Parts: sequence; C-alpha cells; structure tokens
Amino acid sequence: MAEATALTRTAPDRSAVYAWLQAYGVYAGVAVLLLFNVAFTDHFLSAENFRTQAVQVAPILIVALGMALAIGSEGIDLSVGSVMALSTSLVALYLGWGPWTALAAAVLGGVAVGLVNGSLIAFVGVQPIVATLALMVGGRGLALVLVPQLEDVRDPGMRNLGSGDLLGVPYPVLVTVALVVLVAFTVRRTTFGRQLLAIGDSRPAARLAGLPVRRVLLCVYAASGVLAAVAGFLATARLQASDPTSLGTLMELSAITAVVVGGTPLSGGRVRIGGTVAGAVLIQLLTATLIKHDLPPSWTQIAQAVVIVLAVYAARERGKR
Amino acid sequence: MSDTNTRHHGTRPADANAGGSADGSADTHGRDAEQAPPTGHGHVPGQAASSGPVRSRPRAERVSAFAQRHGALVALVLTAAVSALSFDSFADPGNLQNIAVSAAFLAIVALGMTFVIVSGGIDLSVGSVFALGGVLAAWGSRHGPLVALLLALTVCGGIGLVNGLLIARARLAPFIVTLAAMLGARGLMLNITDEGADTFLVAKDSLFADLGREKLLGVGVPVWITLALFLLGGVLLRRTRFGQHVYAVGGNEDAASLMGASVARTKVSVYVLSGLLAGLAGALNAAWLASGVTILGQGMELEAISAVVIGGTLLTGGMGFVSGSLVGVLLLKVIQNVINQIGSLDSAYQQVVSGAFLVVVVVVQTWLGRRRKARLTSPAA
Repeated sequence: MAEATALTRTAPDRSAVYAWLQAYGVYAGVAVLLLFNVAFTDHFLSAENFRTQAVQVAPILIVALGMALAIGSEGIDLSVGSVMALSTSLVALYLGWGPWTALAAAVLGGVAVGLVNGSLIAFVGVQPIVATLALMVGGRGLALVLVPQLEDVRDPGMRNLGSGDLLGVPYPVLVTVALVVLVAFTVRRTTFGRQLLAIGDSRPAARLAGLPVRRVLLCVYAASGVLAAVAGFLATARLQASDPTSLGTLMELSAITAVVVGGTPLSGGRVRIGGTVAGAVLIQLLTATLIKHDLPPSWTQIAQAVVIVLAVYAARERGKR
Repeated sequence: MSDTNTRHHGTRPADANAGGSADGSADTHGRDAEQAPPTGHGHVPGQAASSGPVRSRPRAERVSAFAQRHGALVALVLTAAVSALSFDSFADPGNLQNIAVSAAFLAIVALGMTFVIVSGGIDLSVGSVFALGGVLAAWGSRHGPLVALLLALTVCGGIGLVNGLLIARARLAPFIVTLAAMLGARGLMLNITDEGADTFLVAKDSLFADLGREKLLGVGVPVWITLALFLLGGVLLRRTRFGQHVYAVGGNEDAASLMGASVARTKVSVYVLSGLLAGLAGALNAAWLASGVTILGQGMELEAISAVVIGGTLLTGGMGFVSGSLVGVLLLKVIQNVINQIGSLDSAYQQVVSGAFLVVVVVVQTWLGRRRKARLTSPAA
C-alpha cells in the first residue's frame, strides 16, 4: 500500500503530460506539420493540393475506422491490406456488369474474409493476430490467383467515382465523411457500440453480463472487412487499375498507426474516432511533407516507424497509471 | 520435483510425450537434445501438461500429445511420399537439393522465431532484417567474408536489441514494436541501396560466395550451417538455464520472475537472437545468390511464423521445440515445390495454401490446447 501511494504521489506531473500527449498529441502533430508546410512547402496552400491530400487520405482513413473497431474490442485486424487487394481483384473481375456490381462483389469479398476472421476469433478462440495473419497471407494469394497481374480498369462510371466530385467535394471524400459519421455514431450511440467497448474492456466480464460476445466480435471483423473492401474499391477507382500485388501492402501498419496515434489504446475498451481521423491525416501529411521536400520514400518508412513507437510509448505511460 | 532427480524421472514423460512410437529415422536433427528432459526446473509451465505419471494417462491424451508434437512430421512424410509417387521429378537429387537449400534460409529465420514465440512474443521484422542482412553482407563482401558477416550480424543484432529493449524494458506490445522495426529495417535497406536501385554484387570467386555455393559431401554449405544451428538451438533451448528461462517467461512472466529468471534479460536476448539469425540467413542467401537482392524477404515473417506454428510450438508461448520448426519449414517448402511442379498453378497458390494451412493448424492447436486445459482443471486429472 505504502508503495502504491508513493508512486501515485510522484507520478501526476509526468503522467498528466503523457495523458495530454495521448489525447491531444495527434492534433498537435497535425498542427505542427501544417504550420511547417505552410511556411516551407511551395504551393501547399492551394485548393488543388488540399484536394489531392484529402483524396489520398481516404483509403487509409476508411481502413483505420475498421481497425479502430477491432482494436476497441481488444483485437487487431492484420488482413486489411489483403482485403484491399482481394477487393481490387473482384472489381476487375466483375466490372463487366457495371461498377455497382463490382462494388457489391468487393464488399461481399470483404464480408467473407471478415466472417472467417471473426469465426476463428469468436468461435474457435484463436488470437486475433494469428487469425488475421493467416488471412493476410491467404487473402493476397487469393487476390493474385483471381487476377495474376496488373489490369487496367477502364470504366467511365468507375472513373467518375474515383475522381469526380459533388459541389466541389470529391466522391471518395464524401464517402469517407459518411463512413466516419456512421462509425462514430455506432460506437457512441448504439447498443452494438457499447457492447463492443464492454468486450474490449473485459471479455470475461462481458460474457458474464450476458452480452452476445461472439456475435459482436463476428460483426466487428465483418465491418473491418467491408471497410477495407470499400477502401480497395475507391483506390481502384482512383488509380484506374487493378494491381493486387501492391495495393494495400503495409496498409495494416498505416491503419494501426493512425488508430494508435489517435489515442485509442491497444488494450481495448476505448475507441477515439476523432483521434483516428487526425491520425490518418498525420500519416498522410508526414508522407506528403517528406516527398515534397525530395526525401526518398525510404525516409517515410523510417519516420512512420519512429512515429508509431513514440505513439505506443506515450500510450503505455497512460496505461500504467 | 527437485533439481537432482528430474534427469531420471523426467525422461519418462518426455518419451511418453512422443507417444512411444517416434520413428527416429526422419527426425534425426537435434533429436537427442529435443527429447532430453529439461535440466533444472521441472515445473516449467509448458511441460506441466505432459509431466504426469505415464500409466494414468488416458489414450486420448496420448493421441493429442502425439498430434501436437509429431503431427507436422507425419504430414511431411505423407506429403513427401505422395509427391514422390506422383511426380517423377520430385525425388530427383537435384530437386531435393533445391528444396534443402531454399528451406535452409527460412529455417534459420524460423529458428530465431521459435525462441521468440516460445518466450510468448512475436517478431514481424525478420523479413526486412533478412533483406537488410543480405544487402549489408553483399556490400561488405568486397572487404572479405569476415567484414560481410560481421556487418550483417552487427546491424541486424542491433535491430533485435532495439526490439528487445522496447519490448522488455519499455513494455511495449511485441507485434507493434516489431511491425515498426519491419518498416524501419526496410526503410534503412532502401536508403543504403538508393531506393532499391543499387544491387551490390558478390564476386563469384570470393571466399564469401563460396560460403553460399560450395558443397560438402554433396550437400550445400548453407544446409550444413542450418543443421548445426538447429543442433545448437535445440541444446540452447532444452539444456541450458537460458532455455529454461525462455520457457518460463513464455509460460507465465510473473511466475518466471518469482522463480528467479530475469524476465527482461531473457526477452532482450531472444529478440537479439532472432535479429542475428535473420541477418545471418540474409547474408548466407546473398552469398548463395551472389548479390544483395533488395526485394527479398517480403512475407518471410509469415512463412517463418507458419513454420513454427505448424511444427507444434504454441503461439501463446511457454511450449515448443526447435526440431518441429525445421519440420514445419520443410513441409512448407515441399508443398511449394509440388505447387511449382504442377505447372498450371502459379505461385500465388502457395500463399493460399500457406494461409489455409496456418488456419487448419491453429484451429487444431487451439482445440488441443482447450482439451489440455479442461483436463488440467478437471478434478479427476
């Protein structure tokens, strides 16, 4: 007891700083990067650049929303990049029946992968890392079996979805905003969201309380699959090509970074959607800044590695309190 | 169980664990070390399930213990036998040599991964570290084989050290730290190769290239090195204090630190070992290919994890053995080889099969683990 009180007495200063960093550090990071770019990057403050950045951040953010749900339930979804690849393959295969059929096929593929993930985790009891790792390997393999190499996607409807806009706002951005609102509403205002957070807090307690643990977990991974599939569809529409070899590689890492940097603890029980949005923007800005200042892509990878370790480190101090 | 009599009594459970019918012919590598009783601490958590008296073990229990320990070996023998009967070219010495050499590099990586997973962690950075090790070794080989190896081992061991410190001292989640290291190591590798545009070549007649290409008794040097490393690894994990600490830390960290194991030091060592072995594998691979190829190693972490899990090591930590990982690697490589032989299937099927295989093995293991748990907690057991 004496030890505990001694610890709590000396701790507040430091842990208050860490708590602030965990909650608002991501916004500060975005602000710093914005100020830096306004001051030192040519043509940063242009409508065109703003539009480019917004369109590019869309897939990361959409995938990160699903990842936030998985992490909130004390899980993880490593298969998201492969689901994007699977989605782009299915789009290439079913585009002949129109873009909506292609979208439906992609979403169904995402649901299927998510349900397999969810069943392994909820019913068999496999650790989320392992279950989704298996789907990460198998999913990309399946995508490559369906579409062995890069294929052009030529469809006016798809092109419009990828680069057209409504009242000056690009469709991908509109879709992203809608999904952010939907997920935020689900987490904060619905029974499902409450159940998800309760499960993430303590699975045994949630089970004892009579919550439908298995059904909720199944839905969480299915939702993550659907969101990754939508991201894959939008990326395909924008690139006007289906490239299952490279689309979505390392996406799981970007998504996890966005979620963790945004202040969602890896230990589950809590989801910060606003932070996740800012986290995705931070990653995008970081990449863009390094590219615009002629630093090679390898620096982006190193920088992202450092950012993720720092973010997890800050979160750790908060968790220990 | 005191320290003095474990040697004598411990032998029996270990043999019973093998189901009494292990055929020694195919499982020769490091078998002595594998089957040996744990020295020292008889109450290592992972072995709690198998250390009951032999006669009271019901048959189902023996079957499940056998499946856990030797399932991969049975699958390997069956797959190899079916392949040899179905494809004339499979049993061809040249083809077997190909399988052995391509398995060697993955096996070395999987050896390090076994230690990490037994300690309850995971190392997702090995693929990038493998590529980085290869590039560094190829670059250093112009100054002689010693520089090549030392450069690769120092840098890759250093990455392992950073991983280990972040995981053990700063208590960050292993998968996220090593995921970041995977990104960082690849970034570093791309950085020194001008974004992958430079490929460092190893002079074909150099001593370093010989390390990868020479043959000893008709078998490639990398294969011999791999076998030696597995023998050492088996001894290290089973016969030394360090190995026992690895099991203990993976089984239950609090219990391990109560029994006097240095949890932090054990964890750091395990990640350093994994980094060193991945770097060495990369260096040997560069010697074999005579160049530091920058695109290598992608997805290797998944292959290594699959091999370790297929070999019977539990992903939850505290239980596992290195010879199983060797069998797991061979099984994956044989399957890949067969898929390559069926000309109409392209290599993407390998990934599908690997993924499906991993799912099946993990489901079976989870099921076996649950039964074991149920047995342990039931009053009758």
